[in-house]
Amino acid sequence: MLDTGKPLVEMTDISISFGGIHAVDRASIDLHSGEVVGLLGHNGAGKSTLIKILSGAYKRDEGEIRINGEPATINNPRDAKAYGIETIYQQLAVADNVDAAANLFLGREMVTSLGTLDDAAMESKAREVMGRLNPNFRRFKEPVKALSGGQRQSVAIARAILFNARILIMDEPTAALGPQETAQVGELIKQLKSEGIGIFLISHDIHDVFDLADRVVVMKNGQVVGQAKTSEVTKDEVLGMIIMGKVPPGAQPGPGAIAD
Amino acid sequence: MAEPRAMTSTTHPSQTVQNPLQRFLIATEIDTRLLGMIGALAIIWVGFNFFSGGLFLTPRNLWNLSVQTASVAVMVTGMVLVIVTRNIDLSVGSILGVVGMVMGVMQTQILPTQFGLGLGHPLIWVLSLATGLAVGVGIGGLQGAIIAYLRVPAFIVTLGGYLVWRGAAWWVTAGRTVAPMDSTFQLMGGGPDGSIGALWSWVIAGVACAAIVVGLYFGRRQRQRFNFPQRPVWAEVSLAVIGCGATIAAVWVANAYPWPIRIAERFAETNGIAVPEGGLFISHGIAIPVLIAVGVGVVMTFLATRTRFGRYVYAMGGNPEAAELAGINTRWVTVKIFMLMGALCAIAAAISTARLNAATNALGTLDELYVIAAAVIGGTSLAGGVGTIAGALLGALVMQSLQSGMVLMGIDSPLQSIVVGVVLVFAVWLDTLYRRNKH
Repeated sequence: MLDTGKPLVEMTDISISFGGIHAVDRASIDLHSGEVVGLLGHNGAGKSTLIKILSGAYKRDEGEIRINGEPATINNPRDAKAYGIETIYQQLAVADNVDAAANLFLGREMVTSLGTLDDAAMESKAREVMGRLNPNFRRFKEPVKALSGGQRQSVAIARAILFNARILIMDEPTAALGPQETAQVGELIKQLKSEGIGIFLISHDIHDVFDLADRVVVMKNGQVVGQAKTSEVTKDEVLGMIIMGKVPPGAQPGPGAIAD
Repeated sequence: MAEPRAMTSTTHPSQTVQNPLQRFLIATEIDTRLLGMIGALAIIWVGFNFFSGGLFLTPRNLWNLSVQTASVAVMVTGMVLVIVTRNIDLSVGSILGVVGMVMGVMQTQILPTQFGLGLGHPLIWVLSLATGLAVGVGIGGLQGAIIAYLRVPAFIVTLGGYLVWRGAAWWVTAGRTVAPMDSTFQLMGGGPDGSIGALWSWVIAGVACAAIVVGLYFGRRQRQRFNFPQRPVWAEVSLAVIGCGATIAAVWVANAYPWPIRIAERFAETNGIAVPEGGLFISHGIAIPVLIAVGVGVVMTFLATRTRFGRYVYAMGGNPEAAELAGINTRWVTVKIFMLMGALCAIAAAISTARLNAATNALGTLDELYVIAAAVIGGTSLAGGVGTIAGALLGALVMQSLQSGMVLMGIDSPLQSIVVGVVLVFAVWLDTLYRRNKH
């Protein structure tokens, strides 16, 4: 399943601090195509911050990002999208007051030959994509505000996959969802993975991630504790990494690992 | 996750409702909030007509009302976008003042004397207006840049601007009033000359009706193309009839207001027309400032609903962070909104100075409050993300109707202020109730 070629994403020695606090301290992480990497850690461990650097929401202080082996310049969300990096944020990041189609195409609207918005074409495409993700979705004319948590989540996911993402970042993708919707998201992740998309799954809850991920990377206090293939460690061992920073034999230690 | 009211994609929702009124509203997809505002306006008009002994609903008063609304109406279309993005602009009255002074000096001193064009040169009004627009856009751009890039809250920046530009208006001529305006420029203020007459008014009515019908037709074609639910044909026809009917009625009223007898007699004398018994009836037709305001309303509605810029404005208002993360250059959009606001202030300044036939440094005083009040009465939410150009234009008309009506009834001006203030708060309270019930 994992390809052995060049990683899709390599983030090396990334650091960022906010007012003297090292939110991320020399963290390195990589991702191959068709791979799901779970990024785990407590709230405040620095995982969301690290990933926001990749998606262009924050600018790193130090470190290097390579996409397909080439150094990448990512200074804002537009740059990240140009590299095929799409992000589904924890707080969903949808504009509540406009409808689903407007949200799907936000920042990348379809226009007519006159340069005006082609709302009908966008709605048509939105119906097609949403039909694949969530066949029950019907409320295309209403502001997203009126939708349920799961429906809003499908809008956010549809937006990410609509533009042929190669790298998908999902920050707590199932936090707002019920069991059935969570299962749907799981199915979707498997489908996207089989299409060769590399996926970062971020969560503070190991149960959300362990079964879906090929590999987990654990962060604590802004540093990488270690990483491991999910086939070579147990859930309890990973929990030990998250809580105590203790690296089991099946895992590869990082800068944040505590020495025995 | 299934919706209780789910339906197949090609059935229009109106087919599931029995109540005829509700069915009509859903079928025509008319915004009920806008309808409520039109209802409120109708009540205000009929009420004033009753209490003023039939003085309100006369062609003369309605025509004057339309001209008086024009300046605020032009500015309120920009204020909607400003407020939708969770900003505010307290400086519009002062910008109007300083731009009015600049345009006044341009057409009375700089262009005729220093550039040697001479008074009455046909280029004067264009160059003056262009200068005014440039100054307005420049001021708006400066304020917008401070708000967007230096991150100073809009309230503070424009509060500063309120003082700065009012002071600047005084500085232009050290407080002197500039008059009279260029004769072509004056046409933008209305009056018998600044109106387009009966024939052209009917031509415009014809064009507007054609545009309504063509617009409905293409809207329907577009829905057919993508197999979306369509309005029933009877609903489309009703919309066309209502739209065209309202246009024709408005033009009929404008045409029913004749020139004052003296002016008509003088016009007859100079053109050698015999004055018939009972006086000469020359229609005003639509006033040019009203035409400008309607044109601005159409263009701004187009900008807000059919362009990327408009889409970004609403998305930014709904969730600024999401808009930023979606890759929208939110700072530049903010600057553009304030530049647009500045341009609209310049147009409003042209209308106001032309109508007064003078530029004074007090011009536009308190306009910022009327403009903000009109936008809010028109359904623009200060919380951001919500508001329409059409609603705000209606809001401006409501405000002006209240003021003119109270003048007609001979109500003292302190009481007028009290009534307008109470209506503002009452309207926003009603709107809050409406929104709460809807969700």
